[in-house]
Amino acid sequence: MSAVYILWLRELKRYTRSRAQMAGSLGQPTLYLVALGFGLGPTFQQAGNGSYLQFLAPGVIGMTILFVSIFSGVGLLFDRQFGFLKETLVAPVPRIQIMVGRTLGGATVAMLQGTLMLIVCIIAGFRPHSLAAVPLALLIMMLIAVVFCALGTAIGSLLQDMQGFQLVMNFLVMPIFFMSGALFPLGHLPVPLAVVTRLDPLSYGIDGLRGALIASSHFGVAADLAVLGVMAAVFLALGAHFFSRIEI
Amino acid sequence: MSTNMIEVRNLSKTFGEVHAVNDISFDVARGEIFAFLGPNGAGKTTTIKMLTTLLRPTGGTLTLDGLDPGKHQNAVRQRFGIVFQDPSLDSELTAWENLQLHAVLYHVPRAARQERAEALLKLFELWDRRHDTVKQFSGGMKRRLEIARGFLHTPKILFLDEPTLGLDPQSRNQLWTHVKHLNQTEGVTVFLTTHYMDEADRVAQRVGIIDHGRIVAQGSSQELKDQTGTDSLEQAYLALTGSSIRDEKAASGDHLRQFAKMWRR
Repeated sequence: MSAVYILWLRELKRYTRSRAQMAGSLGQPTLYLVALGFGLGPTFQQAGNGSYLQFLAPGVIGMTILFVSIFSGVGLLFDRQFGFLKETLVAPVPRIQIMVGRTLGGATVAMLQGTLMLIVCIIAGFRPHSLAAVPLALLIMMLIAVVFCALGTAIGSLLQDMQGFQLVMNFLVMPIFFMSGALFPLGHLPVPLAVVTRLDPLSYGIDGLRGALIASSHFGVAADLAVLGVMAAVFLALGAHFFSRIEI
Repeated sequence: MSTNMIEVRNLSKTFGEVHAVNDISFDVARGEIFAFLGPNGAGKTTTIKMLTTLLRPTGGTLTLDGLDPGKHQNAVRQRFGIVFQDPSLDSELTAWENLQLHAVLYHVPRAARQERAEALLKLFELWDRRHDTVKQFSGGMKRRLEIARGFLHTPKILFLDEPTLGLDPQSRNQLWTHVKHLNQTEGVTVFLTTHYMDEADRVAQRVGIIDHGRIVAQGSSQELKDQTGTDSLEQAYLALTGSSIRDEKAASGDHLRQFAKMWRR
């Protein structure tokens, strides 16, 4: 178990030493929050849906976690490039522990970034309906982070070099974000879009965050937690499988 | 228990159509320093990767301290230390943290962890810089740190894959002095590859030469010189492997290997 801990600690140390990364990954979600939150706010209000900023904040928190998680999983490619991966692969530790340590470390970092984003949202005017809901929100954030870190690790194990990274960004991360209901309500959608949003794991994460933070949820928080839990287990198993097969 | 630290019999590794290692056999005795020499792309690194559980052989058998790396991965990994051809440190962590991380991964007891890391950092003259991140280190310092790390868990065998690549003569000299010292004091078996024949001649007790995936000669440096009627290991090496340049072939071989790897998924 100490291997899991030391690799978790490594991710955290790398995170706290890289202020640029810390600030950088908040840039895009903040832009979405400000431009869309304030830009579309009046229209959203007129349509009778209440405050768009309140609605959007859980969406951009989910977005932050998604991006940081996938990057940390795909960070495997950097470790492959710079050689550190080999050091962990020849260590007398079952690969599953290496994978779990990395993933939990990445997930913790993503959750910290999500929490920072929550603070940014509060500064921008977002108000959670009650402070008692924050622990539940943190739990959901952790689950989102584990789901996508594990997915990132699975993908990172399959790719050979950084060339595939753009592919992952454009055909995986962006669709997951846009189809998750981060930007729009999940009710009254055209059927194809409704189907796609239900297949997107992030939909349940953001819906759960909305349930916790603004007491408005489409699927119900219990269902969200269940789906996230199952997805986390599936992606962890998948990630562990592909990670254990890496040859270099 | 067998007297040999490494026993390799009819070992092969193919990547698609490419025979990277083709039916090789050799032994390395306990406590010996063995130099594995050969041109680029001859199969040195592939052999090391098979010995160190990173690649699965296509055919043949190998044992390390009597254990099969394919079957007893963790037991084998506990027994060796390795310095790779290319760097494998985490450059965002300090020298000390890199060593501590390694010590935990290799189950070094907590008390020994501090003590041994300190001794090795002092031996490799990195103690004063232990709290600097590795990205601030020069090439030679990184190499020294990697070798120190390889010794941290008191391995029975140390693999050094071109450890002196890109080092100045001072650092190279110092590095081999340390390796020989640890070989004598701790009895660690050393399996090394290098392109500097004078180093192999000076450091290794026995030499194996591999070319096109096959072992073309093995024995002590003197035996190889006698066998080829030459008076230096470099000349013996050239007599055995020819003087044509292999880089291009190796590059296309690498390419094919990469390609084969991609399609095997």
